[in-house]
Amino acid sequence: MTTTVTTDSRAVLAGLIRRLSGDEKHAPSAHSTIDVLQVLYDRVLRITPDTADDPERDRFLLSKGHGPAAYYAVLAAHGFIPDDWLDDLAGPESRLGHHPDRLLVPGVEIGSGSLGHGLGLGVGTALGLRAQGLLKPRVYVLLGDAELDEGSNHEAIAYAGATGLANLTAIVVDNASATHGWAGGIAGRFTVNGWTADTVDGRDHADLYAALTGHRPGRPHLVVAHVKNKG
Amino acid sequence: MRAAFIDATTALLDDDPRTALVLADISASQFAPANTRHPERVLNVGIREQLMIGVAGGLALTGLRPIAHSYATFLVDRTYEQIKLDLDHQGVGAVLVSIGASYDGSREGRTHQSPGDVALFDTLVGGWTVRVPGHPDEVAPLLRAAATTDDPVYLRLGEQRNAQAYPDADRLRVLRRGGAGAPLVVAVGPMLDPTLAAVEGLDVTVAYTHTPRPFDAAGLRALAGTDVVLVEPYLAGTSSAVVGRALADVPHRLLTLGVGRADLRRYGDPADHARWHGLDAEGLRRSLDAFLGSVRR
Repeated sequence: MTTTVTTDSRAVLAGLIRRLSGDEKHAPSAHSTIDVLQVLYDRVLRITPDTADDPERDRFLLSKGHGPAAYYAVLAAHGFIPDDWLDDLAGPESRLGHHPDRLLVPGVEIGSGSLGHGLGLGVGTALGLRAQGLLKPRVYVLLGDAELDEGSNHEAIAYAGATGLANLTAIVVDNASATHGWAGGIAGRFTVNGWTADTVDGRDHADLYAALTGHRPGRPHLVVAHVKNKG
Repeated sequence: MRAAFIDATTALLDDDPRTALVLADISASQFAPANTRHPERVLNVGIREQLMIGVAGGLALTGLRPIAHSYATFLVDRTYEQIKLDLDHQGVGAVLVSIGASYDGSREGRTHQSPGDVALFDTLVGGWTVRVPGHPDEVAPLLRAAATTDDPVYLRLGEQRNAQAYPDADRLRVLRRGGAGAPLVVAVGPMLDPTLAAVEGLDVTVAYTHTPRPFDAAGLRALAGTDVVLVEPYLAGTSSAVVGRALADVPHRLLTLGVGRADLRRYGDPADHARWHGLDAEGLRRSLDAFLGSVRR
């Protein structure tokens, strides 16, 4: 049994993102997270507008709250929010800000914007689900490579790995924007603490799907999605 | 106080499957029996306080009732942005239970002292309830009441204590009644006993509460004459704004006593720090005499 949304949102996303940005020149690929979000909402996450409050739903936490245009567009494409919300981004009456607010936007699991908060909330969510015997839902947290500069992430990485928090997947969209880089690679920061990791082309949907569903028993999973464009 | 918290929390974990405890090593050994019985609801994240509050927020998002605990300076001061964003901004609550208070860690120094914690909660929007018990017997009922809600609650425990418990003093409870129009002295939590000693022979009313937030504004208006004195075991003046709002349309004079702003850079006992901050009975009396006498004479 599955409640996975199977719509291929690719066709409509370009138009939705244009409504948000008013930008006719840049393709959706200008947004670093667009492909990950598409694969997640099209093929991976067991969540629909009808199950947005179901305890059994998968959770998607956008930790990297910056530049949420792609996120809003995907939420609109899947019916969580009306398309016309996209026309007034961050306007005085808009529910969509430059960082998402869970109390204003249906389908948004956490309010984010200040970097380094999503993974801790994700660890707590994963623990809370497990403690209540909700073993089917999975928690996905999307971060940026520069966001990993925040030390709070490393508290969460070490703890989740040490305790084998198996219902947690972190996704790092890596557009090489961390000021001092990550010598030795991002995956190693996680695997040294006991995570499994897949590093893939962040534009390749088949590879992304395999990585996003590639978690192994007993350990939290990391997907590093490499993209070239900074966005 | 800490023992009362550990006993009450252990019982809550047994009785209510919604209760979850998040620790950052502090008190972990005392919770070992509870951890054995409820390994998925007694969570020690190690010395990671940012994560402790993030985890509490995540637990609350799934419908559990998290209790997070450490020294006040690590639980509150260090994690201020996590409290602001991972709890308040997400629209979820938790029970935060601190120990250490303003200067229980007198020998440990400034790094282990948090006189400013209650003031920090006043900067938040979530409507935090702040409990400052003055006696161990006040702890369990306050904790149990907090556990049954989803509200944000801060429980500030210290080693200073009064001789007698008043578990029902969430509003101002009059313990000493002065004459008509007598100055009102409000003692919060463990400041009650030094306050009662300080006012000996003075014509004042003394009211006690263990719940400075929400402050009992109605009780204050009912009891206050012209002169109002607040005696608080944390940063002096923390409740000035609250009292000022409560008495905005009433002519009054306000003296707020509490822990001073200076980093004393001295060790010694908590009693020494109380004396240095003017919060022992003699220091309080000096401040009261100066304040009351400044008009009377």
